[in-house]
Amino acid sequence: MQDAQATSTASPVIAARDLSLTFQTNDGPVHALKDVTLDVQKGDFVSFIGPSGCGKTTFLRCMADLEHPTGGSISVNGMTPAEARQRRAYGYVFQAAGLYPWRTIGGNIRLPLEIMGYSKSDQNARIARVLELVDLAGFEKKFPWQLSGGMQQRASIARALAFDADILLMDEPFGALDEIVRDHLNEQLLHLWDRTNKTICFVTHSIPEAVYLSTKIVVMSPRPGRIADVIESTLPRERPLDIRDTPEFLEIAHRVRDGLRSGHSYEG
Amino acid sequence: MRNVVPVLTVVATLIALWYAGAVALNAPWAYDKAARAEVTLTFPELVADTWSQEKPKLPAPHQVATEIWNTTGAMIASGRPFSKRSLIYHSWITFSSTALGFLLGTALGTLLAIGIVYNRTMDMSVMPWVIASQTIPILAIAPMIIVVLNAVGISGLLPKAMISMYLSFFPVVVGMVKGLRSPSQMQLDQMRTWNASRSQTFWKLRLPSSMPYFFTSLKIAMAASLVGAIVGELPTGAVAGLGARLLAGSYYGQTIQIWSALIMAATLAAVLVGLIGLIQRITLRRMGMAA
Repeated sequence: MQDAQATSTASPVIAARDLSLTFQTNDGPVHALKDVTLDVQKGDFVSFIGPSGCGKTTFLRCMADLEHPTGGSISVNGMTPAEARQRRAYGYVFQAAGLYPWRTIGGNIRLPLEIMGYSKSDQNARIARVLELVDLAGFEKKFPWQLSGGMQQRASIARALAFDADILLMDEPFGALDEIVRDHLNEQLLHLWDRTNKTICFVTHSIPEAVYLSTKIVVMSPRPGRIADVIESTLPRERPLDIRDTPEFLEIAHRVRDGLRSGHSYEG
Repeated sequence: MRNVVPVLTVVATLIALWYAGAVALNAPWAYDKAARAEVTLTFPELVADTWSQEKPKLPAPHQVATEIWNTTGAMIASGRPFSKRSLIYHSWITFSSTALGFLLGTALGTLLAIGIVYNRTMDMSVMPWVIASQTIPILAIAPMIIVVLNAVGISGLLPKAMISMYLSFFPVVVGMVKGLRSPSQMQLDQMRTWNASRSQTFWKLRLPSSMPYFFTSLKIAMAASLVGAIVGELPTGAVAGLGARLLAGSYYGQTIQIWSALIMAATLAAVLVGLIGLIQRITLRRMGMAA
């Protein structure tokens, strides 16, 4: 936490100002995001939580230049999202692992490296390093179908870590996995964040997951998608799994739940 | 191997039906001959006659088999496998234009599909023409292709291959458009997050993803190419090829020759399509995409 506070005076990694995105549909305009203002500092682990339709994924996709805002401004590393994407400023992890079945695990991690033109020896070194990082050393020659869902998702995280992006955008990466695997991956993700000092934006709809992982929890509410509450976590940076039974943890979870509920009461 | 018994049962049933059909269809001629010779036929005599006529309406399976053997195996045995009377020679002629037409059609179909997927104008404009091209009866257009190409000095293999291409590019276009569009939005988004170029997305994602569709198209294209090659041989004056054998057979009422050419064509098609199936299985298994 001290690291995060020390850097908070520096310019934010992601800065959104009055960000709005309206989809024009046959049933009239849909306000996916409305006047969202948020700063993400270097080294933060920010979770976005809220019911479906609250714009949390849309917000993440705006950072990644996969959606184009219709109002306000957003910068990533001080650039527009398009420039940031062209400079490969971030790694994006989707809900599904999305590994290519015709490539080995190593080959899948090599894919973005090939696209970005890393040298062959550099590619090999990076593959070995990130496989180690996600605890998949020795699985380089295996094909995706030979791995469990959790291992596949770890491989997809390794793929997002393989190139020099200091931002990691994760869109419900563990949403399709069972509770036990999820706990394990959450723990590993925290270690990984601790070791790599990346800035992570993490979309989830699980309150315990958000509280356990984050230094900052952004509670969002739907129609129009907006920020209902921003909660700075008081939990220490070092977090064993059983921290989830401490009063402090439950207190934060309670605040998140309150935020989600108040977001809903705006309706009607 | 489990399939052997059912397959053999079906084949045996078909052959039995074929023999019965030969008796029924060839009986009038057998009775005519008997009436002229003023003899009455017993049933075994009738059957024996219907299965051994020189120009039967429907030749019996063993007559066709004998003809095929005489024009293939026996030719090899006598050291003249490529004599003009040999079905091996005619099959080879048909195969070479089938193969060339298939390759040209696959290339044309793939290129058109790439154009349709990557170019909005082509997407809007090409497909209706592709479909329209297949509504024109090939029998009507084949002689014109031969005549026009002959007029500009192109003859021999290429005109026939063009007709094969005309038929075979269609399934490739349809299949490859679907195949190249088969990557999910998520996979395309992922390429975008890596700032991949269009050609990188094509070579690393779209093309490999399209392989199952590609091979399915190739099987149809191969069968269509063979039809095209045979049709292309009809207006060339029936010189060489299985189509020529079919035409010559029908000129002279040589039904046995027609049927043996038909069976050779079917065998050729089965072998070629089977070959593609084999390549498909090996490739897709190696790609981890086996169905």
